[in-house]
Amino acid sequence: MIPNLNNLPVYDTTGVNERIARFCTRSIKSSSKVEGLKLALSMIDLTTLEGKDTIRKVQQLCYKAMHPHDTLKNIPTVAAICVYPAFVKEAKKALHGSDIHVASVATAFPSGQSSLEVKLLETKFAVDQGADEIDMVISRGQFLAGNYQYVFDEIAAVKEACGKAHLKVILETGELDTLDNVRKASEIAMYAGADFIKTSTGKIQPAATMPVTYVMLNAIKDYYLKTGKMIGMKPAGGISTSKIALQYLVMLNEVLGEKWMNKNYFRFGASSLTNDILMQLVKSETGIYQSINYFSKD
Amino acid sequence: MQKNKDKSMFKASWSYNEAPESTDHIQIKKKYDLYINGKFSEPIKGKYFDTINPSTNEKIASVAEATFEDVDAAVQAAKKAFESWSKLTGKERGKYIFRIARLIQERGREFAVIESLDGGKPIRESRDIDIPLAANHFFYYAGWADKLAYAFPNRTPKPIGVVGQIIPWNFPLLMAAWKLAPALATGNTVVLKPAETTPLTALKLAEIIHESGIPKGVVNIVTGAGETGTAIVNHPDVDKIAFTGSTNVGKYIQKVTAGTGKKLTLELGGKGANIIFEDAAIDQAVEGIINAIFFNQGHVCCAGSRLFVQESVANNVIEKLKSRMDTLIIGDPLDKNTDIGAINSKKQLQTIENYIKIGLNEGGEIYQPDCKLPKNGNWCAPTLFLNVSQSHRIVQEEIFGPVLAIQTFRTIDEVIEKANNTPYGLSAGVWTQNGAKMFHLTQKLNAGVIWGNTFNKFDAASPFGGTKESGFGREGGLHGLKPYVKFD
Repeated sequence: MIPNLNNLPVYDTTGVNERIARFCTRSIKSSSKVEGLKLALSMIDLTTLEGKDTIRKVQQLCYKAMHPHDTLKNIPTVAAICVYPAFVKEAKKALHGSDIHVASVATAFPSGQSSLEVKLLETKFAVDQGADEIDMVISRGQFLAGNYQYVFDEIAAVKEACGKAHLKVILETGELDTLDNVRKASEIAMYAGADFIKTSTGKIQPAATMPVTYVMLNAIKDYYLKTGKMIGMKPAGGISTSKIALQYLVMLNEVLGEKWMNKNYFRFGASSLTNDILMQLVKSETGIYQSINYFSKD
Repeated sequence: MQKNKDKSMFKASWSYNEAPESTDHIQIKKKYDLYINGKFSEPIKGKYFDTINPSTNEKIASVAEATFEDVDAAVQAAKKAFESWSKLTGKERGKYIFRIARLIQERGREFAVIESLDGGKPIRESRDIDIPLAANHFFYYAGWADKLAYAFPNRTPKPIGVVGQIIPWNFPLLMAAWKLAPALATGNTVVLKPAETTPLTALKLAEIIHESGIPKGVVNIVTGAGETGTAIVNHPDVDKIAFTGSTNVGKYIQKVTAGTGKKLTLELGGKGANIIFEDAAIDQAVEGIINAIFFNQGHVCCAGSRLFVQESVANNVIEKLKSRMDTLIIGDPLDKNTDIGAINSKKQLQTIENYIKIGLNEGGEIYQPDCKLPKNGNWCAPTLFLNVSQSHRIVQEEIFGPVLAIQTFRTIDEVIEKANNTPYGLSAGVWTQNGAKMFHLTQKLNAGVIWGNTFNKFDAASPFGGTKESGFGREGGLHGLKPYVKFD
């Protein structure tokens, strides 16, 4: 059932920004930095969502996912590959034998401007192709028009269509305007059955920001306290450097804590982050920064 | 559904490695003398005392103890310097003050490290708050020096003369800036005494002031404890006293200066009310509670040490507050990740511990996070007291430490009455997203400073000061000029 949205916590942007500044001034050094970098690497949903994607492109990305940087020992693989439904089958095949998940966007990604029927069909298609995770978008138009029940019902229907696949619900916070709206949309998504809530498609600016993610983490915390159910979080878009990723992890660490500090409950939707993390890891091992040309771009 | 409210559920698992700010760039002498008449000179009686690092209780340096004779020399130097300094144009005075501001900025890192070493406050605060604000204060008043006629339209402001300034140990450099900048801008000369537990940054400031080339005798810095302060207060050639510190000492100063013709401003203790309404942005309010009481280990005269939470959201706020307290990092003040540093002195730690005992004896319910405190040095875990009332001593008296007393309230009138039900009147905070309610409260609360949806924010352009037993006079802003001028 749709939750009561009239009594939700409200957010003060100035206060939120101050809190974020505190996370960003944490100084992460030496072994705790390496620990954080490896954790971040293991949480990446390596993503390609472009009109020009092809099977070969996806296969190349899958190989990168399994072999981020073979000269570095003891590093994890990424958590998942995130692609359009058309490439799920090939991605699944390419990743065979690894425990890397295939996530597929669905529901008329990125705008979500289609009928429920089409969205459900697309979801089922992606699941049938072998997707382990579905990244759906909410209908932001309906949300902004105040049709919360519509948004709720749509998510619930997609959840049902997902079957065993995990559902990540993209709020596209860059279109929601206020932090209070982000909280409201988070609430709707969690009660409608989301396994993860996700900030952005990556197609709209701003994509993931720390204030927005902070509000969503707080929503997850409150939801857990009310229901005992743990929801995952995925900021996506714009997290391109290790430094930013570590700042997100500091925030996760200090808001939700250890139970959420793994890929089952936290993901980074990113494409260029991987190589930056690898570069930092090599630096921590050898003491020198290597040229970007030593890191494979797939 | 299963309800699991296990507190440890949200415990942080990723512990950050030590990240100490380096100390190799700072210069601390083994021995500090008095800064009198443009020279660093040994105290006449030759006595020195130790200044201690409160996070280890190890000695940092020896500092001169000024006796009456030294204070007299300082006052005479200031009196002599006043003759020419007061006649200098505002523009010329401003040049020196601007120079001091710039020099503080240039040596900001060194100041921050020494402030944390000598006072125990986290480097994050000394680096991001104390030192930048101190520089700002000099910049701000440097700007007023040649515009005093505009500050007091149709009147002719004149400097008072020799000003005796006595400052506390909680914001050593910042308080020196608050005192010196407006006094110099208005053409006065100064004898300043820093607190005996934290004299180092003021003595560093003396070096900068010397470097600025300001005429000799305009600023004199004498170190020592209560007796040195008494000598300043009672000196017949001192024309004005500006004091920041405890209410008891403030009362003494007011008594002994009565009838002497000395002008006086006092910035004393407080027991600030921090009021959270049910329609506040709760997560930010929780953050505000943390900033209000644990900022600078609670050694803040305007700390929000009395928390009032509307009963309908009290459980929620208290749970969130406890959970947030569990993530606070307590330890080495020089570590960049430290949230709460060391208690400033053994003596202050005893005071705080004594109040915690009183609170327990009074039947208050205590909460402290499960945090490891370092072995050496002076440490106190952040502390909450629940189930207390206006009748509890820990609600009535200033503790000056990281101890928060929490009460609930039901109606607006009730919380206004209780917030004002204190001999103090320095600060208050109001948390609500309702603008009308905010303005209603700010009209009714009897405090010199009231923050809306924030706490412990300072700016050189904003006047600061108290009412009732929290003192009188304002520091900062246009208002901060007035205590340092007289009119024909």
